[in-house]
Amino acid sequence: MQVTMTVNGDEVSADVEPRLLLVHFLRDHLRLTGTHWGCDTSNCGACVVWIDGVPVKSCTVLTVMAGGHQIRTVEGLEVDGRLDPVQEGFMQEHGLQCGFCTPGMMLTARWLLDREPDPDEATIRDAISGNICRCTGYEDIVRAVRWAAEHPRGAGTADDEVAVGDQVEEVQA
Amino acid sequence: MQTPAPFDYARASSLEHALELLDRHGPDARVVAGGHSLLPMLKLRVAYVDWLVDINDLRDLDYVRVDGDAIAIGALTRHATLLESPLLAEHYRIFADAERVIADPVVRNRGTIGGSLCQADPSEDLAAVCSALRAEMVLRSAEGTRRVPAREFHQGPYETACRPAEILTEVRVPIRAGWVGSAYRKVERRAGDWPVAAAGAFVQVDGDTVTDVGIGLTAVGAPHFCAPEAEERLRGGSAGDGELTAAAELAAEASNPQTDQRGPADYKRHLARELTLRSLRRAVARARGQGG
Repeated sequence: MQVTMTVNGDEVSADVEPRLLLVHFLRDHLRLTGTHWGCDTSNCGACVVWIDGVPVKSCTVLTVMAGGHQIRTVEGLEVDGRLDPVQEGFMQEHGLQCGFCTPGMMLTARWLLDREPDPDEATIRDAISGNICRCTGYEDIVRAVRWAAEHPRGAGTADDEVAVGDQVEEVQA
Repeated sequence: MQTPAPFDYARASSLEHALELLDRHGPDARVVAGGHSLLPMLKLRVAYVDWLVDINDLRDLDYVRVDGDAIAIGALTRHATLLESPLLAEHYRIFADAERVIADPVVRNRGTIGGSLCQADPSEDLAAVCSALRAEMVLRSAEGTRRVPAREFHQGPYETACRPAEILTEVRVPIRAGWVGSAYRKVERRAGDWPVAAAGAFVQVDGDTVTDVGIGLTAVGAPHFCAPEAEERLRGGSAGDGELTAAAELAAEASNPQTDQRGPADYKRHLARELTLRSLRRAVARARGQGG
């Protein structure tokens, strides 16, 4: 059946079987392979995408159910060549090893930070409790999210300059 | 890859439209809301449907509000909404206790109370919560509306009183006056898992006397997710620890757990007793305004 939705700001239409899962539509039809396909049982969170601003597990959503809605995938985190601070955080803090859980982790983290800009470690761990890292790299993932919280406009921005300025003042004092 | 067997799909634009679709497509049509119970079963091919009727556009079934002498919860209300509801937090903290340990935040964004209850999994947390609170299920069909007590709604594993061409539209929880507290305790193997065992309770006290009480159990084979003998033991008696312990023992006796991959039967019966006791203690403390 015919389905139309918006994916990362672009309207897409396709003729799909009702049983086609959203994760496969994104990966196989739209070739947006950033969304990963993991456990297939809504446990691991590798397939997390946003529907209308809310993260969901796309292995447990039918493509036809997403019709008429706004989808955001990991490819939509970067805007005009500028990485999201969460993406930068994962680079800065080595928030990934194999990278399989990373797209879902970052989309869940972005949602958390939009709701709660300065989360403590326990809040971060609770927020990503539906995203499993099989490399068990949670320490660095939590640091990556914290980095993004501390740099809401990314690296090399005013936040960093202020931080450097603070250090200089301390030395002078 | 897990792929459901083929089916047809229709999106309902109103409750009347949904009922019409169910009626037209017969008993092998199923309602899908959040889909986090039904879709995994379709993918595993332990369930089959000819038609899926999607009710996600029926936004007027997504609410938590006071309606007369009850809190009315729309069937399409997501777990995340129940967890964060100030109204439920004010009257029945058992909801937030349970929701905090249902699946994970991302799944809670999608799953609904109506879908969870209609799935009727024998380990469903909200079934125990609704049974403890003696909630009422509001069912709509072309013939009209009927109300079914929670303790009659669940008739067995994956079986409910909801008929084909009927939709659960609302869950009604009676508001109880006076000193009322409630709580839910669950043991799970890992974050977000189904319970090994879980118990919940509400208690209404007047001084040291229990004036009303409800106890719900899940994953331990208690018929209709409740323990009426334990409630009977407490009602009208003391809210002291000895009485609570005796009631918890009766709750364990009301359970009939099965040994499976989540644990042996005797351990689950032990949990039924212990978690009932802890829920009762916390509910009594909260009824007396002692937080926690």
